[in-house]
Amino acid sequence: MSRRIVVAPVTRIEGHAKITVHLDAGGSVESAQFHVTEFRGFEKLCEGRPFQEMPGLMSRVCGICPVSHILASSKAGDMLLGVEIPPAAVKQRRLANYAQILQSHALSFFHLSSPDLLLGMDAAPEQRNLFALTGADREFLRRGIRLRQFGQRVIEMVGGRRIHPGWSGPGGVQHCFPAAGRDEILGWIPEALDSVSLALDRMKRLLDSFRPELDHMGNFPSLFLATVSPDGALEYYDGAIRIVDAAGNVIAEDLDPRRYFTFLGEASEQGTFMKFPFYRPFGYPQGHYRVGPLARLNVAKSAGTAAADRELREFKQRGQGAVCQSFHYHLARLVEMLHCVERIEELMADGELLGDNIQARAALNRREGVGSCEAPRGTLFHRYQVDRDGLMTGADLLIATSQNNRAMNLAVEQTARRFIKAGPDTEPAEGMLNRLEAAIRCYDPCLSCSTHALGQMPIRVEVLDSRGRLVSEFARQSE
Amino acid sequence: MSVRTLEVDGRTITALEGQTVFSAAWDSGIRIPRLCHLGGLSEAGACRLCLVEIEGQKKLQPACLTKVAEDMVVNTATPALLAHRRLIVELLLAERNHVCAVCVLNGACELQDLAAQLGVDHVRLRPQYPSLPVDLSHERFGLDHNRCILCTRCVRVCDEVEGAHTWDVAGRGRNSRIISDLGEPWGDSGSCTSCGKCVQVCPTGALFSKGRTVAEMRKDRGFLRYIMTAREKKLWIS
Repeated sequence: MSRRIVVAPVTRIEGHAKITVHLDAGGSVESAQFHVTEFRGFEKLCEGRPFQEMPGLMSRVCGICPVSHILASSKAGDMLLGVEIPPAAVKQRRLANYAQILQSHALSFFHLSSPDLLLGMDAAPEQRNLFALTGADREFLRRGIRLRQFGQRVIEMVGGRRIHPGWSGPGGVQHCFPAAGRDEILGWIPEALDSVSLALDRMKRLLDSFRPELDHMGNFPSLFLATVSPDGALEYYDGAIRIVDAAGNVIAEDLDPRRYFTFLGEASEQGTFMKFPFYRPFGYPQGHYRVGPLARLNVAKSAGTAAADRELREFKQRGQGAVCQSFHYHLARLVEMLHCVERIEELMADGELLGDNIQARAALNRREGVGSCEAPRGTLFHRYQVDRDGLMTGADLLIATSQNNRAMNLAVEQTARRFIKAGPDTEPAEGMLNRLEAAIRCYDPCLSCSTHALGQMPIRVEVLDSRGRLVSEFARQSE
Repeated sequence: MSVRTLEVDGRTITALEGQTVFSAAWDSGIRIPRLCHLGGLSEAGACRLCLVEIEGQKKLQPACLTKVAEDMVVNTATPALLAHRRLIVELLLAERNHVCAVCVLNGACELQDLAAQLGVDHVRLRPQYPSLPVDLSHERFGLDHNRCILCTRCVRVCDEVEGAHTWDVAGRGRNSRIISDLGEPWGDSGSCTSCGKCVQVCPTGALFSKGRTVAEMRKDRGFLRYIMTAREKKLWIS
């Protein structure tokens, strides 16, 4: 008789999800799925509101990466106004974005994943958690917490508050960057560089002990999508989209992110609120792609900062063409953290950051606006339609996490097939199940960000009588 | 004009004959909460937040509409009154969609300040979540019915100070709405002079300057006193 194993809730991720594994009579894995069990619906609730309100409203999508949503939303607003915003406002937004990626990656690596990495996948659950780490590896963990604090402090200095800073909007930002803040930020830089370097060295040393996970926890070919600068380097705020395949070949480049809906589509499947984006020319599921730290490092030719460039060159040697192991998301995240600290230091020397021309004023000039940026988990797109007065008539949010949906499902299935062992009468060991969750944690998914569209979910309704017999059945497929 | 002596919250204060309890109390530093009253405009008695207890009277009285009397004994902050005021604020918050987090006036809103002052940290009533429109048809200003508390300050300032009477109230009860002229979009109003007085006196983010994003707007509460004083002293008539 077949059996079903459900891991619910999936822990140490942001949001609510479960994993289902189906075992056959012999205890072998038949299939495995990742389900997102929460629904947010921001695309619907913004209808009828002024577009100027969107950065503040959309930032509430997520308390971990509010800056990313504010930036994508502000850029969509900039496009609706039809303005090019002043350089000082661009620099402020860039600074907040680097700080956002730094603090979010620190949270993912140190707070959520380090128990698996430092204590081992098979450690007892009561020992494999953040609180146990405070005893086992106190100084390392403290450095991680301080890194996150640094990122949050920079966001506070730029945006006025750590979480949901509403300082950026259509046309620019609300207030000037305080000159005094530069000294405080520069004071943090040596410690931050030191902490990231320590974590990088430690992670590289740990990799040998995770050989099975590297090879079987989400190691598969896929496309990779990310934003790059005009010279092909890492870029997080403004640039063109480039797509590479598993061999590292450039499949498409110079794609305009403001036209993302022409080359990216979304499919729906049963059992989850999260959609499955794909690259249109390849169709679904062949066109599924990955975004986020691993994708950005695979797509970029260089980092553009000295230390991160050294790490990037070394990182690229871990794959033939592109690095395809999902487990390397962790290492990629650390390389990006190094890059962000270096970029923050660069911006402190940039006089334009302190400029007092920070707002381009204009009336509504377009009926549709699209904004994008690189969020911690990947490329984020906001697309808004407004009426003649500027009231929202439609919104489409293409969230980074949902773009990794298919990859997460593949990673769960591959992990289940390799690691889940159960006899006809025995349950799999806890450490095996933890690897299923760890496969998801590689992607650092933020599920509360990623479930917004109404009315397109495939759904199955079964009507049973009082004895449990099927009376009628109704199924609605996705569009 | 003769002087009246009365007792408010145990303090003996003096007031001019004809003065309201509300204004006499404020002159003596006793701050009775209010949302519809605004110095310089006529009284509406709409918000009921200034209800006070007057000894010898069974019913609570709105301080903004009650004239002082000799030897009157008034209590403005008994536990029962504070409970009533909390409930009034909760009713206001439950009636429409007051989402401070995305409001242009977050941090400078009279309703928000009052809720904080009265300790309203949650609303015990079921929110109504009405589906209400936003009017952005005016070139410079917007009207968000979701944030309107029907204090009618806009109606009064437009009628009594600007002399345009663009605003009024249509409908009854929960269906009451502020309308411009005979219910057309604000931008199509023939009487509106675009002076912006209504925007400045509105206690919440219901009336706002277009183009402002979250928590970006601050209202100029002092302009009305300036205008009224100038009018009283006939500064503009040579």
